[in-house]
Amino acid sequence: MSKFKKKKSGDLPAISTASLPDIVFMLLFFFMVATVMRQNTLMVENRLPFADQTEKLEKKDLVMYIYAGKPSERYQKQFGKEARIQLNDKFADVNDIQQFIIEERESKREELQGLLTTSLKIDSETGMGLVSDIKYELRKAEAYRVNYTTKNGEAIKNMQ
Amino acid sequence: MAKRSAPEVNAGSMADIAFLLLIFFLVTTTIETDTGINSKLPPIEEQPENPPPRKEKNIFIVLINQNEELLVEDERMELKDLRQAAIDFLDNGGGDCNYCQGAKDPASSDNPLKAVISLQNDRETEYGAYIAVQNELVAAFNYLRNREANRLFGKSFIQMEKDFNDSQYRGNKDKLEEQIKQIREMFPLNLSEAEPKERE
Repeated sequence: MSKFKKKKSGDLPAISTASLPDIVFMLLFFFMVATVMRQNTLMVENRLPFADQTEKLEKKDLVMYIYAGKPSERYQKQFGKEARIQLNDKFADVNDIQQFIIEERESKREELQGLLTTSLKIDSETGMGLVSDIKYELRKAEAYRVNYTTKNGEAIKNMQ
Repeated sequence: MAKRSAPEVNAGSMADIAFLLLIFFLVTTTIETDTGINSKLPPIEEQPENPPPRKEKNIFIVLINQNEELLVEDERMELKDLRQAAIDFLDNGGGDCNYCQGAKDPASSDNPLKAVISLQNDRETEYGAYIAVQNELVAAFNYLRNREANRLFGKSFIQMEKDFNDSQYRGNKDKLEEQIKQIREMFPLNLSEAEPKERE
């Protein structure tokens, strides 16, 4: 009779998933803290060179970013393989840099304008010709503080 | 009256919500690199008619060609030797320099204030190679500054700068700034960069 049917005792007890949310939350907080929202979508290849005598960029809001490198694969058809500059979200010409700097400067409070730093994120395979053109434009725009953004590592790795 | 227990909230879907957020952050995360070599560009100025003469021996010329080969003071050099060569040049103290510990070679620089490192490259030189060289030269300056800072203030120059930027530092910041300035003046970062040459 079913009334007296005994429950089988050999069943595995269900694994408690009560602590799953805790684990997931832990991961979640880690990524929330570590995340920096990208301001720009990268349209160029950007393998930064290595260096070990680096300093940390303080005050993220006072940094202007200039990217340069070969256009990414999906843009190569349109823009070719020659290294190019990227400002904000679009490809730019060397002549646009001055205007870009001026716009960035205007968007900051006056007392902070002198503290602006330009971070040069340049692919390590870019020729120095383009880099010097960028630097010359920066000098023309009177943006003298630059930071060659690099990854941490032995500098000798760049030569290979 | 019997105590009525509050109905339990079903937390089973909490994990789903957390996963959703987690995946969102996973996808949007790019751990940005925010370290680099700081540098200051020189202002553009009209070249004076007769630039003040600098003695040949006070200039240390580093050339990088398009094949990433180094030519230092007319001799080929490997990258790993560049740091020591730059230190020897800056620290030479051939003239009046009471804190230099170099060889006092009369054919090399007089003192670190007059010594200039000139970096030249082709338009075809790769940026990576340029950074590698820049890194070694900055390392040479850092080495000398650390040495002097350790000698005078018992603390490395890197540490001093770190403390200065640290908002929780408890020492006297004005004094620290003064000391940093003093070290900087002992070994000023005289790095001159020529416009890259077009390859003929």
